[in-house]
Amino acid sequence: MLKLIGSRLVQMVFIMGVISLILFAIFDSDKFKKQIAVAELGGFAVSALSDQDYHSWLEKKGLNVPFFQRYLNWAGGVATGDLGKSFEKNEPVLGLVATRLANTGILAFWVFALMIPLSLTFGVIAGMKEGSAQDRLTSFISVFTTSLPEIATAIILTVIFALGLRWFPANAAMVNGWDWHALVLPVLTLVLYDFGYVARMTRASMAEVMSSQYIRTAVLKGIPYRRVILRHALRNALIAPFTIIVLQLNWLLSGVVVVEVFFQYAGFGKLLLDAALYGDIYVIQAATLVAVFVAVLSQIVSDVGYTFLNPRIRFS
Amino acid sequence: MTAANIVLDRAPLSFNLRMRQPRSLIALILIMWIPLTIYVMGGPYLPEAVKNTLLLPSIPATLALYYIAVTSWKESPIAVIGATLVFFWLFVAVTAPYLPLIDPNRPIAPFAGIGEFKKDHLFLLGADFKGRDMLSRDLWGCQRVLVWGVSATLFAYAVGAFFGLIAGYLGGWWDQMISLICNIFLSFPVMVLFILILNYLGPSGFNIVIAVTFASAPAIMRIVRGLTLDTKSRDYIFAAQTRGEHPLRIMIYELLPNARGPIIVDACLRLGYTTVAITTLTFLGLGLQPPDPDWGLMIKESTKVAMVFKFSHMLLIPALSVSSLILGFNLLADGLREMSLRD
Repeated sequence: MLKLIGSRLVQMVFIMGVISLILFAIFDSDKFKKQIAVAELGGFAVSALSDQDYHSWLEKKGLNVPFFQRYLNWAGGVATGDLGKSFEKNEPVLGLVATRLANTGILAFWVFALMIPLSLTFGVIAGMKEGSAQDRLTSFISVFTTSLPEIATAIILTVIFALGLRWFPANAAMVNGWDWHALVLPVLTLVLYDFGYVARMTRASMAEVMSSQYIRTAVLKGIPYRRVILRHALRNALIAPFTIIVLQLNWLLSGVVVVEVFFQYAGFGKLLLDAALYGDIYVIQAATLVAVFVAVLSQIVSDVGYTFLNPRIRFS
Repeated sequence: MTAANIVLDRAPLSFNLRMRQPRSLIALILIMWIPLTIYVMGGPYLPEAVKNTLLLPSIPATLALYYIAVTSWKESPIAVIGATLVFFWLFVAVTAPYLPLIDPNRPIAPFAGIGEFKKDHLFLLGADFKGRDMLSRDLWGCQRVLVWGVSATLFAYAVGAFFGLIAGYLGGWWDQMISLICNIFLSFPVMVLFILILNYLGPSGFNIVIAVTFASAPAIMRIVRGLTLDTKSRDYIFAAQTRGEHPLRIMIYELLPNARGPIIVDACLRLGYTTVAITTLTFLGLGLQPPDPDWGLMIKESTKVAMVFKFSHMLLIPALSVSSLILGFNLLADGLREMSLRD
């Protein structure tokens, strides 16, 4: 087990190294240096700039250092905890990414806190009796909610609850300090989209367990149905959903970009998009590596967790 | 052959979609699809006369395909509902130039409400902030979403299937190399990969195709690789190898057609994902560019000006349109999977 985790972690570090090098090479191009210049000085000023002025600007920003030297400087900085400085916001990347990540963390916490019990309950109830009315209803609801893309769910919820009923604000920028009201619609959007997928997976897992020999034996032995479900079926039926729920972290990092941009929530996804549009290389580097880190880590946790939870694999 | 193998033979691998004449079907699909693609991708470069007649043959082809789909899948109501939704938008896409619609880019009466009659024009679904007719924009918008979505998915499938076949069939060094590269791409959250690639290449339809390929091909490669490993040990593959056929020929003519069942189901789901991706990317400003209408763009433009209940139709109409198309793809995939399991 430890060997497995170790080799996966080594692989992850290797992948992150490759990705950071590729990203650096991409954003080192003249096109992106120009983009930063335009964003900072304005398009007109840049076109009026002489070559010499442009070069002195590059020098001031530290952008004209040769590629490998710059990369090594950056990599050395990362090793000592210095992630560089944002060109756009002119503050250390580490603090910026940490704040935004914390904001997205709050969002993610509530998404998981609502989505997990909801989808597990619905999935288990649907999977208990395959083909029954409750099963069909759950399948229908989950196909329906999963088919609504996040952007559409966000719009529908905003129109109903923010513009129509005025219960919650449509904008979650929270310029006047923290406000939990503003968090409701973004969380609901993500929960609605993800609920269907996890519920269907739980249902499939539960249905498979319910049709197995040992459940039939338990029922025929005369154990009360409640006890069969709670003590015998659930234990095995929840192994597969566990791995899927952990993998949702990876999905969430994609999903939050749209939701955060739509609701103007100052989170990690918005930071990444803004940085990419600005050409803010150090922020992009840090944000991408964090995203990849979370994604790969969730894959490892899900694999290891599956091995650990599944007795058939654990004891073989 | 062991019992396990016989059971495997009856698995979804062998399901045939219940369509009897694949040749004429392919011809129909091409008649429907190629003019539409040329129309959307080559839009500004086409002479007016060609533009006016180009989509005419696609209309009967679309109707014929819909008829075939409904009659051959009638045992699965889910698939029929899905097909109906998808073919509705396909039909709108091919008939859009011949419908009595006003020019979708012509500004008439800004912020006209639903059903209002202003400046000699009845706004059935209202107008947007520039006064362009929403009904016309919504119906025209499906062309770009459909064409770029399907093209991107097809291209991603071609690339993914090619590498999947090579990795699965040749194995060894090829397999390790391809799997390693795919693992690097799979360790990105999809949206991060999209943002990075499109930001590098610049926003346009063709670049979306490239970005979708980078994001989906690794997952497709894994699926095709798995199916290939499954199929590789069948007797007909050995027969082909004994005949001395070229590995490439075996992959394309023996392996791929026999793995098509799960591939088609996955492709339907992936069409849904790609449609979501294109709409979302356009909303984020990384996708298709104005002024031509498409759903993501309509949402993007409206979020800045229409955050009032009275004008919410500007947001709701494109959002519901894209949802119905994606629902269609998902139901279709569900129905096909159900039928394949029943076989």
